[in-house]
Amino acid sequence: MIIELGHFSLVLALVVALVQSIVPMVGAARGSAALMGVAKPAALLQLVLVLTAFFTLMYAFVTSDFSVVAVYQNSHTTKPLIYKISGVWGNHEGSLVMWVSILAIYGASVAAFGGNLPPTLKARALAVQGMISVGFIAFILFTSNPFLRIFPVPENGMGLNPQLQDPGLAIHPPMLYLGYVGFSMAFSFAVAALIEGRVDAAWARWVRPWTLAAWLFLTFGIGLGSWWAYYTLGWGGYWFWDPVENASFIPWLTGTALLHSAIVVEKREALKSWTILLAIITFSLSMLGTFIVRSGVITSVHAFAADPTRGVFILTLLAIAIGGSLTLYAIRAPRLQVGGLFAPISREGGLLINNLLLATGAATVLLGTLYPLVFEVLTDNKISVGAPYFNGVFIPLMVPLVLLLGFGPRLAWKRGDLAGALARVKVAAGGAVAMVALSLLINGAASVADVGGAIGLGTAMWLGLATLSEWADRVKLTKSGAFARIGNLPRAAHGMTLAHFGMALLIAGVSGSCAWKQERIQTMSAGQSVEIGGFTITFEGVKMVQGPNYEAGQATMLVAKNGKTVTTMHPELRMYSDPPQQLSYTNVHTTFGADLHAVLGEAQGATESFTTRFYYEPMTPFLWYGVLLMALGGLVSLTDRRHRVGAPQRAAISTGAALPAAAE
Amino acid sequence: MKRLALLAATLFLSTAALAVEPQEMLKDPALEARARDVSKGIRCVQCQNETIDESHAEIARDMRILVRERITAGDSNQQILDYMVSRYGDYVLLKPRFMASTLILWFGPLLVFVIGGFVVASRLQLRGQAVAPLTPEEEQALASLAEASLSDSGDKAS
Amino acid sequence: MAETPATAPAPKRWPYVIPLVAILALGGVFVKRLLDIETGAVDPKLLPTVLISTPIPDFDLQALPGRGQALSRNDLNGEVSLINVWGSWCVACAYEHPVLMEIAATGEVPIHGIAWRDEPAKSLGWLAKNGDPYTRVGQDPASKAAIALGVVAAPETFLVDKQGVIRYKQNGVITRADWEHKIRPLIAQLKK
Repeated sequence: MIIELGHFSLVLALVVALVQSIVPMVGAARGSAALMGVAKPAALLQLVLVLTAFFTLMYAFVTSDFSVVAVYQNSHTTKPLIYKISGVWGNHEGSLVMWVSILAIYGASVAAFGGNLPPTLKARALAVQGMISVGFIAFILFTSNPFLRIFPVPENGMGLNPQLQDPGLAIHPPMLYLGYVGFSMAFSFAVAALIEGRVDAAWARWVRPWTLAAWLFLTFGIGLGSWWAYYTLGWGGYWFWDPVENASFIPWLTGTALLHSAIVVEKREALKSWTILLAIITFSLSMLGTFIVRSGVITSVHAFAADPTRGVFILTLLAIAIGGSLTLYAIRAPRLQVGGLFAPISREGGLLINNLLLATGAATVLLGTLYPLVFEVLTDNKISVGAPYFNGVFIPLMVPLVLLLGFGPRLAWKRGDLAGALARVKVAAGGAVAMVALSLLINGAASVADVGGAIGLGTAMWLGLATLSEWADRVKLTKSGAFARIGNLPRAAHGMTLAHFGMALLIAGVSGSCAWKQERIQTMSAGQSVEIGGFTITFEGVKMVQGPNYEAGQATMLVAKNGKTVTTMHPELRMYSDPPQQLSYTNVHTTFGADLHAVLGEAQGATESFTTRFYYEPMTPFLWYGVLLMALGGLVSLTDRRHRVGAPQRAAISTGAALPAAAE
Repeated sequence: MKRLALLAATLFLSTAALAVEPQEMLKDPALEARARDVSKGIRCVQCQNETIDESHAEIARDMRILVRERITAGDSNQQILDYMVSRYGDYVLLKPRFMASTLILWFGPLLVFVIGGFVVASRLQLRGQAVAPLTPEEEQALASLAEASLSDSGDKAS
Repeated sequence: MAETPATAPAPKRWPYVIPLVAILALGGVFVKRLLDIETGAVDPKLLPTVLISTPIPDFDLQALPGRGQALSRNDLNGEVSLINVWGSWCVACAYEHPVLMEIAATGEVPIHGIAWRDEPAKSLGWLAKNGDPYTRVGQDPASKAAIALGVVAAPETFLVDKQGVIRYKQNGVITRADWEHKIRPLIAQLKK
């Protein structure tokens, strides 16, 4: 009965979404406050209905109601509670319900907190949100219904792949979706602005917090997925450039560009049509990322192939959403008013180059991801585009971006002083050179990896010092009263410093792990030792242990440094029962600046010797600190007073209009 | 969603047998390093998006062993890659070769950057010219604007 | 990226259409791909065969113990033949096997087997149980011949002409329809 309640809620939500997508739009066109007023209760009601459906499904998973197909196929009574819950979004149908739930949360937030928005813009933006809801709820109900029942009811479920039974991975999809779907706000506001024919500083100020929120979730989500791979796959790999990862990375790149170009619109009313385009493209890429990748079009996994209607439905949906918004863009964007002027050397100029590099980066990853598909369709032949391509083409693009990142924030708006800015980054430049020299001295310059690693560390040092010194200069850290100035500095400025510094740490982590990672693969019997990264690891043997839903061979390995025991590691080789699968559990020992991974392989014949693998990952922890700092920077920026109190009235903020018209 | 699809595809494989096994490895560390290097550029023909170096599939293991035999026999890295291409086509190379049909792949990013850069440069030039002849009143307006601006970070216009 | 400068007489419209055109082109590719997959015109799992019209690569495989009739490259000269890559561990091979038995029964073409990545005892047991359609059988325990032939997954079958040139390759199971409509006519043609 409860299951049917969820199903019924979702049907009602579709009806409400239909109303939400039509009535306020008509109201805005006719100037009817009453019709526009429908948007708010509709968005709130939709949230209630969609969440009812979502929690109903969760209830079915938690109570292991195997009469529901989705539960039967993805759950099992022996699964720990947290994985029963995460099982809701661990499958196609449930993840779609979560997708529309998050969409409804964002929509309801605008309805509830967007009190100071101009009524027509708010009504139109919510109507666009309603349209997206209609499309995806219809997709769920007509092709991917999670509330379908089976009879007779199976005894137990088919279980969840044990490798996916991991706390990091359990919250990875929600974070990713909060990011992907969050960009729908920028999209809806962009479409609404195109309909209104007006983009100004106020618009940018309303859009920015939503974009920032989406960006920080996406950053955290991607980081979480990467971290999961790093500590579970067993050999320290964290980024593989596979289509699924790229699908989340491309909108991250364009979203990052959007975040920065929206600043230019907000402060200077320039780059308007470009910002609108970025908003449309970022959400379009998010939808492509969530759906096309899983449709079997790109990878050969037949997620949708079992049901051809799904593929056709989703392509039609995307064609309407993306094609429709870009058509509107083609018609309306040329008429957008041109905003503030600026000199090439200026903050705007710097942000423009930032956008050019980020957009080129996104285009590169998109090209590499789609090229095999387009190639096959056009030539009937197959090629692969893998990590060597992306590393070779993408990374060189990011080097100028990072160099620019060092002094761009020091350029003034409108017209910057390049010589002055460069003079203030001397310390950072010196630090970078010293870092390269130090690295070459310590690690040598014997191989390409050594030189590349040194350059990477130098780049990280450049960005780190430049970012910190810019912050220090701004709050005049060495002069009295610095504390007060730190307090007075807008949160957004602190956020920027944190995010950029996080980027520096990330670069350091990637450089270190790429250049100086070590590995030892061997067969060991009890009592034997291996040296790696300054550690001595002694293998003590393997014993059987019992886990909640698995049995495992657990190794004991003594880790010593300079003759002193540092820790004991216990990697396991697990045998799960539902579904039956063997899985290696990697044990990671982390110090502040390096990680040590220990992996237990299979026994060699009947002997007491086992295959063991050890990986020493120098500096990789910095990568994770960096991701956390970037997300934290976004969060701090989001708490900026100006975002909290909302945007001032349109007239008050449109300072760009006061610019001397003669200059145009 | 990372690797979810991939994991679904390898659901029925034993994930414990991790890639390179000790008995496969060459005694000479330099040759073994070369073998690892070559293996990282060859795609496993049975898997989702994995190199033979990281794959658990048996054919990947056989290909790894073949790579090592060829290295021991004195083949160059390029000869080994060429051999694999002659058997499985360009699909096995994770780094696509330069050829007519991959020109867009290799030079597309540069093209995007150059065209984008050209557009940016022409806009900036236009703006630069337009901004240059400011009247004193405009200068004043700009200065006061900069002060009154809500800008949090760029108040260096003074 | 295009802000229209106010000094320009009329805004250029065409640059704003570029994103739409690009996405439509991409959409077209997606649609074609999806249709290809759904109509079965393309199997995304298959790799294109590169060895068609090239001489079959050199290999020399040992016979299954007790069965005799080893298989090497030189055994293929002078007559049209089929080479079937199979394994006792391969589920699809068992499904294909009756068709191979029927082909062997026609006597129109010799079928040689490559026992891929298998133990000799298991291969022999499998042939004893399911019937032995093969003229010659060679063991390929370490994929030497399989990789040389560009084999991805069993079963795969090569049609080789009198000069030892590969003329056709069947990826996956040979069905009766494949035999009647594709392979049999080709053999008749090659025999001329």
